[in-house]
Amino acid sequence: MKFTSLQSTCVPLPMENVDTDQIIPARYLKATTREGFGENLFRDWRYDAQGQAIPDFVLNNPIYPGQILVAGKNFGCGSSREHAAWALVDYGFRVVISSFFADIFQNNALNNKLLPIKVSDDFLAALFSKIEQNPQVILSVDLPTQQLKVEESELSTSFEINPYKKDCLLNGYNDMDYLLSQKEQTILFEKNKEYSF
Amino acid sequence: MSGTAKTLFDKIWDHHLISQREGYPDVLYIDRHFIHEVTSPQAFDGLRKRGIPVARPKQTIATADHNVPTKNQHLPIVEELSRLQVETLQKNCTEFGLDLYGLGHEKQGIVHVIGPELGISLPGMTMVCGDSHTSTHGALGAIAFGIGTSEVEQVLATQSLLGIRPKTMKIEINGTLGKGVLSKDIILYIISKISTSGATGYFVEYAGSAIRALSMEARMTICNMSIEMGARGGLIAPDQTTFDYIEGREFAPKGEAWEASLAWWKTLPTDEQAIYDKTYTYDAADIEPMITYGTNPGMGIGIQEAIPKANNGEAAELEKALQYMGLEAQQSLLGKKIDYVFIGSCTNSRIEDLRLVADFVKGKKKAEGINVWIVPGSQKVEQQAKQEGLDKIFTAAGFDLRQAGCSACLAMNEDKVPAGKYCVSTSNRNFEGRQGPGSRTFLASPLTAAVAAITGEITDVRTYLS
Repeated sequence: MKFTSLQSTCVPLPMENVDTDQIIPARYLKATTREGFGENLFRDWRYDAQGQAIPDFVLNNPIYPGQILVAGKNFGCGSSREHAAWALVDYGFRVVISSFFADIFQNNALNNKLLPIKVSDDFLAALFSKIEQNPQVILSVDLPTQQLKVEESELSTSFEINPYKKDCLLNGYNDMDYLLSQKEQTILFEKNKEYSF
Repeated sequence: MSGTAKTLFDKIWDHHLISQREGYPDVLYIDRHFIHEVTSPQAFDGLRKRGIPVARPKQTIATADHNVPTKNQHLPIVEELSRLQVETLQKNCTEFGLDLYGLGHEKQGIVHVIGPELGISLPGMTMVCGDSHTSTHGALGAIAFGIGTSEVEQVLATQSLLGIRPKTMKIEINGTLGKGVLSKDIILYIISKISTSGATGYFVEYAGSAIRALSMEARMTICNMSIEMGARGGLIAPDQTTFDYIEGREFAPKGEAWEASLAWWKTLPTDEQAIYDKTYTYDAADIEPMITYGTNPGMGIGIQEAIPKANNGEAAELEKALQYMGLEAQQSLLGKKIDYVFIGSCTNSRIEDLRLVADFVKGKKKAEGINVWIVPGSQKVEQQAKQEGLDKIFTAAGFDLRQAGCSACLAMNEDKVPAGKYCVSTSNRNFEGRQGPGSRTFLASPLTAAVAAITGEITDVRTYLS
């Protein structure tokens, strides 16, 4: 799986500190496979106790389809559960934009080819306002040039990504391949390490 | 870098570098890997798909904790999906040749309780687990952090991980803690000051005279919640308290290996001239017993304080949190009626926590209508509590002493707080629905939880201490 570029409408979630317990509650972590978590993405915000869709929640609003989730700062804080990234990908998201990501979530997202894009608070506010004015607004994400652009507007920004992680996304590499290539160095390290346990 | 002053964190990181390459994350050697039933099955599937074995089976330790019942652990697990997950762990451990301290095993328990308890977690180590509270083990003077399942698979396959070196932060607490103030209050205080994202991108070293004065188990409570301010991990320089705690534990080095390890551990503390990227300093005397009022661990106040008014930028979040909690800004929490008390979790389920609670409740009875769950962190903690007669004190008080597991901290098993009910909890997260859909959590210390169990309401424990 690779990621190069994407053009899509956005799903706005202007809430701060969205934790992974909200993205996928613990009681839905009982599966032993990676598939199917999208069904319970944002479960307790999306459905009431009787399993009825809560109309106010953005995923239940048909005017917001799209593969880009735009969220408030500190998205993905809390538990290390990779199920949060699996749920977002399984639901159909390919990009998450926020002004700040929790560390473990960011790693988990990248390991699942879900691109977390960190933007400034100002850009995030401007993007939320564009989406509010026009839910059909198209956002272009271009990984090779590290550019974000709201189509038919002046709003654009560049974003940062670790060059190695960028390479992985563009070429479909993953960390496992790289770590397996380090086998000899690892054996050498074990021979020479300075501690005995 | 050699010759320059280094922090504890940087020394350990540098000791574990397998390779470094410009523009790439560092390749880090991992000394110990803990796994449990919830975040490992997909990792083993990955190994099977690639047809590769576990690289260093002796360096991975498995237990069942997140999803296990805390009653009748000798019987088959009733809930089908939970049973399947625990059985899958057993099968995977057998297939890949890993030691499993599963349900019913005398060494079973919450993964972050058993690691230090068995002497598996040691100073100077790198340790990881598919659980964000792996930061707990940092209390021994180690780099310990939570990872996702893809990374669990990588560690199983290679005993190494990729990491971008985080920034370093020092949080210094000086002075003497007041009466009734515990290490849980220190960490809730810090998070309330720094916020739930204030340490993201950092590894935190806790220092200062108030930290040095803490027992090993109390230090674990602090490091445990590092992730709640966004830090990947937290650590405390190893000292005599650390060495005394470790010596003689089952898997700790013995004889000459002990002496060699001790000599190495003593070189680890931060050099005097070392520079941290950020430093915070607080006075222990300013810390009251703490309680949270909202839906993230940063929303905490001293027990005598009122819930703050919305301030800039956070107004919407605070309003949403208070609505969920059924509370109002500027309200005091003292006297607030509660329904449940949960004493447990990787934050506060160790023998010292249970002793503190037992000492406080001895001769007292729980308030009418309150459910009090005491869930020990491990089988060993449970046995120790029974040997010391703490179980009798709990029973006499009307408390329910259960069996080891994560329990109502994340409510994956049947230990759930019902919707709308209030729980004073010694765990680490007060997120919406964390203790069961619609549950409302007040995070607090074991003493504040114990007094709430007796009075049935949020109470300043200091008024009960002589």
